[in-house]
Amino acid sequence: MAGKTINIKVKVWRQGGKYPKGQFETYDLKDVGTDMSFLEMFDVLNEQLVSKKEMPVAFEHDCREGICGTCSMVIDGQPHGPMKGTTTCQLHMRSFKDGATITVEPFRAKSFPVIRDLVVDRSSFDAIIQAGGYISVNTGQAQDANAIPIEKDTSEKAFDAATCIGCGACVAACPNSAAMLFTSAKVSHLATMPQGKVESQKRVQAMVNQMDKEGFGMCSNIKACEAECPKEISTDNIALMNREYLASVLGSDKEG
Amino acid sequence: MSDKLKSNVPEGDLAEKWMNYRGTMPLVAPGNKRNIEIIVVGTGLAGASAASTLGELGYKVKCFTFHDSPRRAHSVAAQGGINAAKNYQNDGDSVYRLFYDTIKGGDYRSREANVHRLAEVSRDIIDQCAAQGVPFGREYGGLLANRSFGGVQVSRTFYSRGQTGQQLLIGAYSSLSRQIARGSVTMYNRHEMLDLVKVDGKARGIITRNLLTGKIDRHAAHCVVLATGGYGNVFYLSTNAMNSNVSAGWRAHKKGAFFANPCYTQIHPTCIPVSGEYQSKLTLMSESLRNDGRVWVPKKKEDCKKDPLSIAEEDRDYYLERIYPAFGNLVPRDVASRAAKYVTDDGRGVGATGLAVYLDFASAIERYGKSEANMKGISNPTKAQIVELGEAIVKEKYGNLFHMYEKITDENPYKTPMKIFPAVHYTMGGIWVDYNLQTTIPGCFALGEANFSDHGANRLGASALMQGLADGYFVIPYTIGTFLSKEIRTPIYSAEHTDLEKLKKENTDEEGNIKEFITPNAPEFIEAENAVKERIKTFLNVNGSQSIESFHRRLGRIMWDYCGMSRNAEGLAKARKMIQELRAEYHKDVFVPGSNEEYNPELEKALRVADFMELGELMVCDALNRNESCGGHFREEYQEGGGEALRNDEEYMYAAAWEFTQDNSDWNLHKEQLEYKDIEVKTRSYK
Repeated sequence: MAGKTINIKVKVWRQGGKYPKGQFETYDLKDVGTDMSFLEMFDVLNEQLVSKKEMPVAFEHDCREGICGTCSMVIDGQPHGPMKGTTTCQLHMRSFKDGATITVEPFRAKSFPVIRDLVVDRSSFDAIIQAGGYISVNTGQAQDANAIPIEKDTSEKAFDAATCIGCGACVAACPNSAAMLFTSAKVSHLATMPQGKVESQKRVQAMVNQMDKEGFGMCSNIKACEAECPKEISTDNIALMNREYLASVLGSDKEG
Repeated sequence: MSDKLKSNVPEGDLAEKWMNYRGTMPLVAPGNKRNIEIIVVGTGLAGASAASTLGELGYKVKCFTFHDSPRRAHSVAAQGGINAAKNYQNDGDSVYRLFYDTIKGGDYRSREANVHRLAEVSRDIIDQCAAQGVPFGREYGGLLANRSFGGVQVSRTFYSRGQTGQQLLIGAYSSLSRQIARGSVTMYNRHEMLDLVKVDGKARGIITRNLLTGKIDRHAAHCVVLATGGYGNVFYLSTNAMNSNVSAGWRAHKKGAFFANPCYTQIHPTCIPVSGEYQSKLTLMSESLRNDGRVWVPKKKEDCKKDPLSIAEEDRDYYLERIYPAFGNLVPRDVASRAAKYVTDDGRGVGATGLAVYLDFASAIERYGKSEANMKGISNPTKAQIVELGEAIVKEKYGNLFHMYEKITDENPYKTPMKIFPAVHYTMGGIWVDYNLQTTIPGCFALGEANFSDHGANRLGASALMQGLADGYFVIPYTIGTFLSKEIRTPIYSAEHTDLEKLKKENTDEEGNIKEFITPNAPEFIEAENAVKERIKTFLNVNGSQSIESFHRRLGRIMWDYCGMSRNAEGLAKARKMIQELRAEYHKDVFVPGSNEEYNPELEKALRVADFMELGELMVCDALNRNESCGGHFREEYQEGGGEALRNDEEYMYAAAWEFTQDNSDWNLHKEQLEYKDIEVKTRSYK
């Protein structure tokens, strides 16, 4: 852990309070340790602002371990910044050069309205899950867990989809602000497992309809979502969801 | 035993208590459930599982979280796994053995009946989660896989790679989402509980702040369930999430809920060491790594700054294997952490700060590599071949953890040993609850890490997830009936019914007695709301010169130095004074920017840090009162044979439940004597 430091400028989107329409503000930061995480750099910036009795930059964060999905930020044009498969909280300053100007904006999408500065409202994601992202089983109804053997590979595939942290980077990355990767990850996780198969048709229709209702855009196969997903969720899930959706609408599986 | 503490443990044989109690306890009929409202605060494993299950049963549930979504709660970060006495491995596991391991792991400071119930329902949890679609790790035959955790000699831990907490939480969140969609649960995201409201001695609601608008609201219900997590962030640096806090529990404490064993803190041995002043939190490396990683430091102090790869095998001290041959690297967390402290105190710590030890996978890589080479029929494999094959296996098992380690430290743990050090991880102490999980305030319940009941003085790995879900899915849905069955005749009115006199008249019987009814317009609610508003105003008006963060950091430093891995009477007395002074300074010189009527995370933090300062003092008092060492509580004055904890069962075999006194001077101590009828109390040995 070398004790290197860099000097940077951070160009941050400020919105709300003093900045009713929203605008960029640029701040100088000196002697930023390269072992510092990106959010710790923001902590330092905010300490500076507070010491001048100014409003700190609002940003969301919680676990700082890359798993809760709370942190967001578009850093130099990329949701969660330049490092592949990494959330903002796990990004470190060693990824940036001395003298760099780093531009930081909120996730931008019609369905993610800005609350303040870098904080957006992602409750549309909850609405999609509430529409059908579950298996209808009440507590106490379950049979023994080993009564349904599931092939290891199948279970791993379901896990790969289930690992979505609901951060919204896929929407922010998509030029159409589509929520296809998020929605398909849940559809795919549950449809892959035998427990979830039973109501998979009803589920996919309800979730896709809700996704449209929330105002998310259409998918045009650009795959920016997969490239920016901090959990590297595959667009194969979108293909699976489309198949599920078509089958459910056409009812083809009922004939087979 | 204090007469204010009734544990309400049912009579009968330990193994039959829960079953018999369930069969005889009072219930609420389905028709009545529809008229009963329950507030659940928190949406982690305990809160989400409780809210969804109570919703399924037909109660009207209001559920609150300060997060933007229930899926963010910090249960999500648990890595390693969840224990259950399934005995799928046929390795001798049983409900009794899980019970025994948990009691022993907790150093004989937990309540026997609660722990046995926990072990019993552990099996149902796995069934429930599998049915929800949680993708547990599986064997090639399609059945569930298990791994081992510290302090036990069986494999009973179920897991989803290194993301078990996430998968279990998403399972609970999906059940909760289903109930929200059905309308049985009303979800309040971005609402923080700022006070508990008591009416006629019963918990009847909460005061919340809408974190987007600052609006203060009164919410009434028949009872309140707190599932608000632990208080590890009192140390500033911990593995808790940045927003984890004690405020909900602390507010309940100030309204009469006793706080039990606050000094029992779990310091987790395998975390990434502190790297600088700006550090905001610490990151855990799962205990599962100790299945394969070997912990060591150099034997000679002069070797500590050398490249670890240049230190010869005979110059390394694999101290856990040396001191604890029976459990080796898999001793319980408190034991492993203390051992790391001793070797670093001895000047043999490594890394830039000298506050780290090595966790080395070279032996595991070699062992797996040889075995793979054998299976692949490679005779006389080269060293490079072995390493390559071995690394692939290690990657399969722990890839995501190694990846995370490399991201944070910029070092490759396949090639050079990890550096790790203990960090605050979990708090065994919490709100005192009886067997029904009810606090000392009737109608106020506490679940999961927020309560004190199951882990004694030290929690075993993979038992937090088990307890959170046990409480939420399989305990509270039954035990809440013991309180609510007496409430079926108590009507509840919404805030629109503003005419209190009219409500009183409606609830007056023929003899002129006013019957109990619930309304958020009751004077107790108004009073609590005004007190919250006043508190917020006070903080905004201080307009001092120091940031909230700087105070929190200073508090954390005091707690870690004097009430951390080891404590002594002198240091604790000093710490108490330091905390009192810091608190006075805080209220005089803190700066809280902005206003109440806006999105203002600094204001949220200001209120939480204020509560941490009060809790910190209580933790110190508790640690000072407990003149013994047990589990995570290590008093330097009480040790034997090379730094092992020396319990004093004669005098301290009790849970210390602290009552807040309104004059804010000292707490009253109430003792719940712990009895062990079904287990022989021994000195804990892992040697």
